[in-house]
Amino acid sequence: MLPDIPRERQLGILRKMLMIRRAEEHCIRFNEEHTGLLRGHFHVYIGQEATGVSVCDWLNPDDYVFTTHRNHGHVIAKGGDPKKVLAEIIGRATGYCQGRAGTFHVAAPGVGIIHTSAIVGGCLALAGGTAYAAQVKGEKAITVVFFGDGAMEEGVFYETVNIAKLWNLPLIFWMENNYRRAGGRGAGNAALELTNIPKALDVETTVIDGIDVGTVHKTAKSIVERVRGGQGPLFVEARTHLWPGNAFNMPKLIGGVTDIAWAWDAGKAPEKVRDWHKDHDPILNYVRELESAGMSRAELAKIDAEVSKEADAAAQFALNSPLPAAEDAVKYAFAGEGN
Amino acid sequence: MPQEMTFGEALLEAIDEVAEKDPRIVMFNPSFAGEAGHAKLAALRKKYAARIKYPPIAEIGFCGVAIGAAMAGLRPIVDISTATFSYEAIAQIVNEAAIAHSNSGGLTSAPVTFYLKFGIRGGGGVQHSGSPQSWYWNTPGLQVVMPSTPADAKGLMRTVLLKSKDPTIFFGHDRLLDDKGMVPDGAYEIPLGKADVKRAGKDVTIIALSIQVPRALAAAEILAKEGIDAEVIDPRTLQPLDKPALLASVKKTGRVVITDESPDNCGVAAGLAAIIADEGFASLRAPIKRVSIPPVPVPYAVPQEDYVTPLAGRIAEVARALCR
Ligand SMILES: Cc1ncc(C[n+]2csc(CCOP(=O)(O)OP(=O)(O)O)c2C)c(N)n1
Ligand SMILES: [Mg+2]
Repeated sequence: MLPDIPRERQLGILRKMLMIRRAEEHCIRFNEEHTGLLRGHFHVYIGQEATGVSVCDWLNPDDYVFTTHRNHGHVIAKGGDPKKVLAEIIGRATGYCQGRAGTFHVAAPGVGIIHTSAIVGGCLALAGGTAYAAQVKGEKAITVVFFGDGAMEEGVFYETVNIAKLWNLPLIFWMENNYRRAGGRGAGNAALELTNIPKALDVETTVIDGIDVGTVHKTAKSIVERVRGGQGPLFVEARTHLWPGNAFNMPKLIGGVTDIAWAWDAGKAPEKVRDWHKDHDPILNYVRELESAGMSRAELAKIDAEVSKEADAAAQFALNSPLPAAEDAVKYAFAGEGN
Repeated sequence: MPQEMTFGEALLEAIDEVAEKDPRIVMFNPSFAGEAGHAKLAALRKKYAARIKYPPIAEIGFCGVAIGAAMAGLRPIVDISTATFSYEAIAQIVNEAAIAHSNSGGLTSAPVTFYLKFGIRGGGGVQHSGSPQSWYWNTPGLQVVMPSTPADAKGLMRTVLLKSKDPTIFFGHDRLLDDKGMVPDGAYEIPLGKADVKRAGKDVTIIALSIQVPRALAAAEILAKEGIDAEVIDPRTLQPLDKPALLASVKKTGRVVITDESPDNCGVAAGLAAIIADEGFASLRAPIKRVSIPPVPVPYAVPQEDYVTPLAGRIAEVARALCR
């Protein structure tokens, strides 16, 4: 369903989701079409755009967001500049962290993402910390920590939920279940319903379809309002479906870039990705709903063209940006006199 | 017939040979292989399926379980994968495994083998480029093994699995995993605490472990062209440590460069330098020099990552300056 908000705002959400998709397609192309741009591995958010974008649509600039190894989408969703995200991914001086962080650790303190960890569960307790700080300072800011199903296997998840509940922290545990642990094998959690774990600590939980913008947006509105209103930590599980290009060590554009026309002509999509785009792609799902609500295909395609153009320019910006100076490597270990 | 194989394949071979005869060997998340060893890894996983667990992403939990199982008589091998993930488990490794023998007055021991893929791998970013060898060497009660070649990796892994009575941190550098080398035929062991001279020379000693050995050998080649004859010696294990061999080499050359891919501050090179200063001072004709990582979290950007990596050029430069 479409979120119950004015059309302009609905389209703002579409633009953001498309921007994440297009920017990450560039990220994959950096790896596929160039040598040496990305030396290591990386992760993309493709297929999970609806959750990050819909949640961040309810957040203020000074609210805190924490993310994971799959951070590119969250940073853009919270208001990050795709140019600086793509530049960071390829280690450029113009990136959010001057190229020091790279794809795994993109952080954008200016938009409320003050630190990013690629360690599974690495930001859960830190999110408790920003929520606690806001509470102590009497600020209205809340914290949303995005994490994957795999992070619930780490002990720090339990410890943080417990502390957050005991201290009534303004913290949203937003778990994105993609039914996958990158590189993982075997059983992950003994709890068949992951919500049973926070429930055991008397934290209220909600399970939603993470592909449907309307559902996520509506849920996020009420969760954000309640946590901002002092009703303590809440837990949401948003269920998504793994994008087929993510089924490898490194993401691959196995069906090429997403064509928005596949929304109304699924048969045109390459077979390897056809079913996923037909049934599980949050963006094409949303596009179909907007069309049903009266938008023309031409209008929707025009929005995509505009976003794609901006994403192309962001990729060019990243590629044209200078690398940071080698000698500056030794900077920044300390903020103060430690050096 | 000696066979050519990768570092990863050599490890897998050692594990297979020992596990075949010793049912106490159990494995958590065996991965070891690198790219080239995939077939061998798949075969190992199949052969020992009943003795293999793929635990949840719960490092402190599964490392602790392995330690307890070792105390109860099993001989677990835990592949932690990226070395930095061991930081999640450090409370169990350092606070429990390492102290058990001493703390029990010699009654309890925890012969578990932790395998850590460490080092600056290229584009890993700071959290996938960790080199904690000096932390673990700084922990009494842990054996620290850091081979540089497939042959050494196999011989040392066999020794650890067959004979070790203590917890061992076994380091494999990410960039070595697919390196090939000749591996002797059949079953053989390399004792812990036995250094190996990888290149004999008379002008300057370069002490190097793991990935730094091929870098030191490359530096020695550069120096040779300039008429400087470098000796490259590989302690292979830090704990136990072959002090006599290191001191003998320094005595011969009178100059020493120590290189390791851990940070300068209290790093492996610093620890080795202290020993040479204490026990080999009289042999020295020049100050002891270290080539390691400057004290900064490893940056991601290509030129900066290269800048902090102790590559052959930097080793040669420092050694050259000593010989002037
Ligand atoms: C402490 C730690 N252990 C292991 C890893 C390796 N690792 C990276 S991503 C990942 C799976 C994470 O699964 P999930 O949290 O569900 O995130 P997803 O990749 O599915 O979005 C693992 C095990 C890590 N980064 N940190
Ligand atoms: Mg997951």
